[in-house]
This record gives sequence, C-alpha cells and structure tokens, in this order.
Amino acid sequence: MNFTLLITTVLTGLAFVGVVVMLAKLISPRTYNAQKEEPYECGVPTRGRSWMQFRIGYYLFAILFLMFDVETMFLFPWAVVMRSLGPAGLFSVLFFLFILVLGLAYAWRKGALKWQ
Amino acid sequence: MFNFSIVTGWIHQLLTGFLPEWTAILIESVLVALAIITLYAVFAIVLIYMERKVCAFFQCRLGPNRVGKWGTLQVFCDVFKMLTKEIITMRNTDLLLHNLAPFLVVTASMLTFACLPWNAGAQIIDFNVGVFFLLAASSIGVVGILLAGWSSNNKYSLIGAMRSGAQIISYELSIGMTMLTMICLTGTMSISGICEDQAANGWNIVRGHVPAVIAFIIYLIAGNAECNRGPFDLPESESELTAGYHTEYSGMHFGFYYLAEYLNLFITAGIATTIFLGGWAPLHIVGLSALNGVMDMIPGFVWFVGKTFFVVFLLMWLRWTFPRLRIDQILSLEWKYLVPISMVNLVLMALCVAFGLHF
Repeated sequence: MNFTLLITTVLTGLAFVGVVVMLAKLISPRTYNAQKEEPYECGVPTRGRSWMQFRIGYYLFAILFLMFDVETMFLFPWAVVMRSLGPAGLFSVLFFLFILVLGLAYAWRKGALKWQ
Repeated sequence: MFNFSIVTGWIHQLLTGFLPEWTAILIESVLVALAIITLYAVFAIVLIYMERKVCAFFQCRLGPNRVGKWGTLQVFCDVFKMLTKEIITMRNTDLLLHNLAPFLVVTASMLTFACLPWNAGAQIIDFNVGVFFLLAASSIGVVGILLAGWSSNNKYSLIGAMRSGAQIISYELSIGMTMLTMICLTGTMSISGICEDQAANGWNIVRGHVPAVIAFIIYLIAGNAECNRGPFDLPESESELTAGYHTEYSGMHFGFYYLAEYLNLFITAGIATTIFLGGWAPLHIVGLSALNGVMDMIPGFVWFVGKTFFVVFLLMWLRWTFPRLRIDQILSLEWKYLVPISMVNLVLMALCVAFGLHF
C-alpha cells in the first residue's frame, strides 16, 4: 500500500502542475511581441551567451557536500540500532567521525572552504 | 487519542464490500490525491496571507486589508490573476527543461508534504525509512531549481540558481545531521514511529535536553536556508538579481515556484514539529494527570497544525529580523560553524543515549 501511495503522490504532483498549466494556457490571452521574448537583463539586449562557465567555488562545495552526504548516509543505519550495539558500536562510529573531521580539517586548511 | 486509521479502515471496508480490490484501491488513491491537492492549496493560501500580515506587522504596516474582510480574499485574487496571465515562451530558452522544472519542484515538495504526520494514522507515505525518504525527496527540488536557472538563458537566473544550489546542498548537510542526532534518541526512522515514541515518552526536545535544543536551533537556521528565505534569500535577492532563478517564468509557471516556496516553509516547520516537538502528540506534564487528560481531548490534527504554525511564525520572525548575508558568509556559516557544531552535537547525543543521560 505504501508504494501505491508513493506513486499516487508523484502522479498527483505531475497532474496538478500539468492540469493547471494547461488551464492557464487555455484561459490566458496570447499576444505576440518581439520585445516580450527577450530575456530580462536590465532592459538592454543580452550581451554574449548566458550558458557559460561560472565560478569553480560552487563545484568545490558540491564535491565537499558529496563526501559529507555519503557519510551521513552511512551513519543513519547506525543511529537506528545504536542502543543495541552498545559501546563497541559507539566507539567505532566515533573513530569513523574522527576520520571525517580530519577530512574537513584538511579541506579547511587547504582553503577549500574559503570563497575566492 | 483518536486514531485516524479507523476512518481509513472503514472506507476501505466499505469500498471492498461491493467492489473488487483493485477498483477500491484506485478510488482510495483518487481520494488521497484530492486530499493532497486540497491541503496543499489551502495551506499555501493560508501561509501566503500569514506571511504578508506578519511581515506587515514587523514593518509597522497594515498589510493586505482591502479585498474581503481584513484582506482575506487577497491571495485568492492573486491566484486567479496569475491563472489568467499569459505563459510567455522566451526566445533561445531550452524549452523542454524550462517547462520541466516546475514539475520537479512541485512534485518534490508534494512528496515531502505527503510524509507529514497529521494525526495518529493520518499519514499518506509512511515508510520504515521515513526520515531518509524525506531527505531524499526534498533534494529533488534542487534539480528543479538548477534546471530553471540554467534553461532560462538569463545570466541573473543562472547566478541565482547556482547560489541556490550551493546553499541548499550545503545546508542539507546540517539538516541531515540534526535528524541523525534525533534518530539516535528515538531509535527509529519511521515518521509514525517517531511520533508514537514521543506520544509515549515525551517530546524529543525535552527528552534530549541540551543536544536536542542545539539541534533544534541548527535545524531552524538550516531550514530557513533550505527554503531560500530569511537572511539566506540571496538566490532571489531582488535588488541585484530581479527574482533569481525564476526571473523568466511568467503566469502560473511563476505561481508554482511561489507555491512550492511557501509549502517548503510549511514542510520545514512540519518536520521540525515531527522530530523535535512531538508531531501530533499532545502536551503532557509528568504528574499533572488532570491537565494531561484535558490535553488528550484536543485532537492530534489541531496539535500538529498548531505547533507547525508556531514554528512557521518563528521562521518568519527570523526572516524579517535579520539582514541578508553574502554568499561567502552563508557558506562559511554552514561549513565552519554549523557542520562542526552539529558533528560535536551528534557525538554528545550519542554519549547521552549510550549512558542513559536523557529523560
């Protein structure tokens, strides 16, 4: 039943957007104007391409995020059973976290967390 | 406490009484879909009205007060206006991605919306890995935002989308960590399980004392950033980027971003309620059985919505109080303060649970 409801929710979301956009297209006016189709950038024509390279800083943070997100993913199952695992489980996870903190410290020291 | 599964069970029995199994499930799915859409629209309208009023009072204004009594019909008028506006297709955009983006954003927020526990038994999606699913579903929205910025062929949109992406994925880390902290305490990832645990043993924020309060504060900060709101609204900082990633969207397409933004606020508050403030669990104080009895009379739905709106108010307060941060300040706040603090907090909570130092 849970997966049925999951699919129902996804379909609901898609149908909601689809139907409302269709409705809006049906009842809204439609006029043509060459100026209207220009991208909005300060009212002057766009210079150059907009699909261009951008700052490397965003990628760096994305890579760091990946590392820590995977780590959180590993910690979730531990968090559920940590009571029954007892001290042994706790200390092994502390060791795991320690290595991760070392990773963060390394990134910090190397200046990956600095916005340049 | 009233358990909503009585109602759903009764409907299921009624339908299977005279219909084959699959037809009954189909009808139930349609009912669920209608319920989701109704709740989604109603809460969006309430939240937009509330935001305008709260913001107005913080700025010593009156807010909407012309359309309807106290301006209550203002939001309905706005929705109808948006519906009757033309959806402009821009030149040189990536049309497929441009049209796909609102679908992703709204579907992601609807998936998370369906995870909220409204009452005992009144929860649409209830997996045993509920919190995990919640985190996964909520991060689909980032893809929609990045697509919107990229496909618009507008430099402002692109900058807004990149900022938004960097900010959302960074703060998702803190959200994951704080949730992890609370899962250590409850020992289950299922959302209904977390609520039942709190109904039986007391709210998590009280049970977990110091680490739970720290986690709650971190969650509020990160949650505000996750909704692109408050001091973290720099993806759509109107004075520099016009509207950020949804600059090129018009009419109802823009309306969906607006809708999803407010619903994400509600969802963030709802998850805070579920994980920290007991979900639908009523307020119980040990030793005062008369008070506890009275509190039990109030239905869980009222408790959940009431607590959620309290958290929504906190988030709005945060938004209208602090000035906007710069991108480097936002990222350093997350990576140099919130991540280390939440890691230490996680260890603190793990030690508390391991040595039984919680209530």
